[in-house]
Amino acid sequence: MKKLLAAVLLLGAAASARAGDLLITGAGATFPFPLYSRWFSDYNKLHPALKFNYQSIGSGGGIKQITEGTVDFGASDAPMTDAELAKAPGIQHIPTVLGAVVVTYNAPVKDLKLTGETLSRVFLGKIAKWNDPAIARDNPGVRLPDQAIAVVHRSDGSGTTAIFTDYLAKVSPEWKAGPGAGKSVRWPVGLGAKGNEGVTGMVKQTPGAVGYVELAYANQNHLEMASLKNRDGHFVKPSIQSTSEAAAGVRMPADYRVSITDAAGRNAYPIASFTYLLVHRDTRDAAKGTALVQFLSWAVHQGQAAAAPLDYAPLPKKVVEQVTATIKTLTVQGKHVSLASQH
Amino acid sequence: MRSLLLRRIRNHLMTALCGLGVLLALAPLASLLWLVVSRGLPGLSLSFFTALPTPVGEPGGGVGNAVVGTGMLVSLACLLGLPLGVGAGVFLAERGDGLFGRTVRFTAEVFSGVPSIVVGIVAYGLVVVPMHHFSALAGALALALLMVPTLSRSTEELVRLVPGSLREASLALGVPQWKTSLRIVLRTARGGIVTAALLAVARAAGETAPLLFTTLNNQYWNLRPDQPTASLTVQIFNYAISPYEDWHQKAWSAALVLLLVVGGLNLLARIAMRNSLGSHR
Amino acid sequence: MNRSPAAPLPRVSGGAARSAHGPNLGDRAWSGLLGLLGGAVLLIVGVVVLALVHVARPALKAGAGTFVSSSDWDPVSGSFGALPFIYGTVVTSVVAILVAVPISVGLALFLQEMGPRKLRPVVSFGIETLAAIPSVIYGLWGLFVLVPALRDHLEPFLGRTLGFLPVFRGAPIGLGYLAAGLILAVMILPTIASVTTEVLKTVPASLKEGALALGATRWEAIRMAILPYSRAGILGATLLGLGRALGETMAVTMVIGNSPTISPSLFAAGYSLPAVIANEFAEATGDVHTGALAGLALVLFGVSLILNSAARLLVRMVASGPSRAVAS
Repeated sequence: MKKLLAAVLLLGAAASARAGDLLITGAGATFPFPLYSRWFSDYNKLHPALKFNYQSIGSGGGIKQITEGTVDFGASDAPMTDAELAKAPGIQHIPTVLGAVVVTYNAPVKDLKLTGETLSRVFLGKIAKWNDPAIARDNPGVRLPDQAIAVVHRSDGSGTTAIFTDYLAKVSPEWKAGPGAGKSVRWPVGLGAKGNEGVTGMVKQTPGAVGYVELAYANQNHLEMASLKNRDGHFVKPSIQSTSEAAAGVRMPADYRVSITDAAGRNAYPIASFTYLLVHRDTRDAAKGTALVQFLSWAVHQGQAAAAPLDYAPLPKKVVEQVTATIKTLTVQGKHVSLASQH
Repeated sequence: MRSLLLRRIRNHLMTALCGLGVLLALAPLASLLWLVVSRGLPGLSLSFFTALPTPVGEPGGGVGNAVVGTGMLVSLACLLGLPLGVGAGVFLAERGDGLFGRTVRFTAEVFSGVPSIVVGIVAYGLVVVPMHHFSALAGALALALLMVPTLSRSTEELVRLVPGSLREASLALGVPQWKTSLRIVLRTARGGIVTAALLAVARAAGETAPLLFTTLNNQYWNLRPDQPTASLTVQIFNYAISPYEDWHQKAWSAALVLLLVVGGLNLLARIAMRNSLGSHR
Repeated sequence: MNRSPAAPLPRVSGGAARSAHGPNLGDRAWSGLLGLLGGAVLLIVGVVVLALVHVARPALKAGAGTFVSSSDWDPVSGSFGALPFIYGTVVTSVVAILVAVPISVGLALFLQEMGPRKLRPVVSFGIETLAAIPSVIYGLWGLFVLVPALRDHLEPFLGRTLGFLPVFRGAPIGLGYLAAGLILAVMILPTIASVTTEVLKTVPASLKEGALALGATRWEAIRMAILPYSRAGILGATLLGLGRALGETMAVTMVIGNSPTISPSLFAAGYSLPAVIANEFAEATGDVHTGALAGLALVLFGVSLILNSAARLLVRMVASGPSRAVAS
């Protein structure tokens, strides 16, 4: 039996060591996973020998694993903090696309409207019923059910959580003083679910639930989404358009670590964010490094076309120019990567 | 004194309550098996076993890589765990009556109840961090660590079933102890050892928790022990908590596949056991 | 289950050295090899403990005192109080035990003492199957069958009828302590039932026959002769089940709601030790967070070792005969 096993293993090693096949492992954000899995699948069709294995374990996991060097690239929606960067020198943020965090719910209410204040009080557990006066005030003339609210949040360290709580901390002093902002905070109430997939699944399964997920997850699962009151005082529905609006006035810093929640602008959706791939400025593995840099270049150019159909907003033109310049500075074993031969 | 009638009624009542226990215990089993079969069956097709998982929203696809991944993980775990587990079991049966033997036996018994997630952390610390890689090897190590204590105890039980007269006859003929152990005792207990090994393999194939942060996952085929690898159990977990209907369907189908694998191994174990007992009694 | 055979096999000697023809090289080598393999089991356990302590060290240094006393689990501000997880683990295990023990003991009594003999192989096959089902499949079943049933039927019903008790208050969400406890009950049932059956088999027939001869009904014979005799064994079976419940990960994390809070209601969402490790370990940022999770694993490891040791000792005490069994 053991000989047989050994033979199988040898055979396997031989089969997968086929010339040219390269597996590049990445892990992190679930927020852009629908888009990334499309990208990696498409890119694999263009370059059959290149396989990107991306596991959506959450942004917290993406940052941890790239820091520990257990993956070739990470992904996060929340930019790394200074403390995290100090532990992982040489990490470059590459914004890939824009997304919106939407408030999704499972209750018999059409076109729910919420102010930031009301939203924060729901997630603080201060508003426990759908027909609470505060929700009624935001939704004049709408019949609200006498039903308990089941708050659903993330159980893993999440960039989506970071974006969402960053917004809540901006609009609610009470939230700022309480749970605060971060990839995982101390939730006063609610059910925890793993990943954007888990939160979407739990909201879908649980009557009365409210949660926060990336726009794509809510749209693909036909879930209701709330309109949120933005900085300029208008209720805005989450959409690709209103996400782009939120990024319109952004002044992008050189390291791309920026927050665009609670953005100004008449039609700007208030909980939008860039999402990032995390790569090493200099990669030691020549084959992997070259493939990764070429992929990044593909993603911010050709890849952008796949964004809108999957409910992500493409990068603004100016940002694409900036990122293109940054990608050119990435090196492999100290040498620049030629992008000319590609495509 | 209480009347006889009252005591009789009480007797029947308690009998009925205990009988109810049987029903309550078997009801979840019936429900679970029925659902896994009825919901899992429609999703089964040849491509379910041969295709790779598709990106979200793309129809079709299968869990071929996860089936292969589980197979590889379990094979690697067997390479690491079977010799140790069976060997320790033979030690316990042949030399296990002293203080050292009793210590080993008690340790194995107690350790066989250790939560599998704990072993996952151990494998992460021992393999993933130093290797800078999630890998099938790390997962296999975790599975092997879980396998050894249980396997050693069950091997011992089954080796001890070998009649003492066989051993005595061999020794009386002047055969040295080591030859007696290998040629007579172990050969006789072979069927039992195979049974114990099959049960250990079945248990390993169903583990999820120790794989989460050791093998990670992989949406491609992988047969390299030093790479992240898909497994049926992790795939079922990911599909189950997702919001997508077609992924739920795949979770049930994958659960059916896993159940068939585990059930098949248990069945084989029973057959091996019966054969070994039948031929020596 | 594991049970020492009634009579140890005759053994010629412990070592080869006593052989009549002087030391035999083959026998010595064989003994040495077996000893090494046995020692490997001890080595494995040693390595496991050391590896755990090593990963947990940063957190243990940072403050072992607040670790098990604080209820504040907040990775952002770096406070790691494990109380909500310990609470959740205890509550779900207690629910599981309260549900599983009566059912298991009833089942074992029915099979062994009351019901028709023909039923035995069928039911024990069912129980073995229950034990063999992987935990992730229990989770799948729990998520799509048990949770909706609790949310739509059992929890509203309990709220209406027993809502005056704080444990049955609150919105029926389905996910939570109750769901996790019930799933665990199903999962530990085979362990408790099969060990209890084994224990019942060791009760001398004379005890029961004596009671029946004195005119006792079957139930009275069970209550007065069989149960007192096997009490320690049933307790051991319960502890074994408890050990399994404490460490169960996947099924629990899928239905408990994963919320690091402490609430008196069984309907509320909670968290358990293994569930938080499963959810946070792969992404824990910083040594202290990773260490805190490994520390939780260490707690879990320690508790399960204690429970398993106690359980094995109890079961062995009963199995080894009436002289040492606890009789009242």
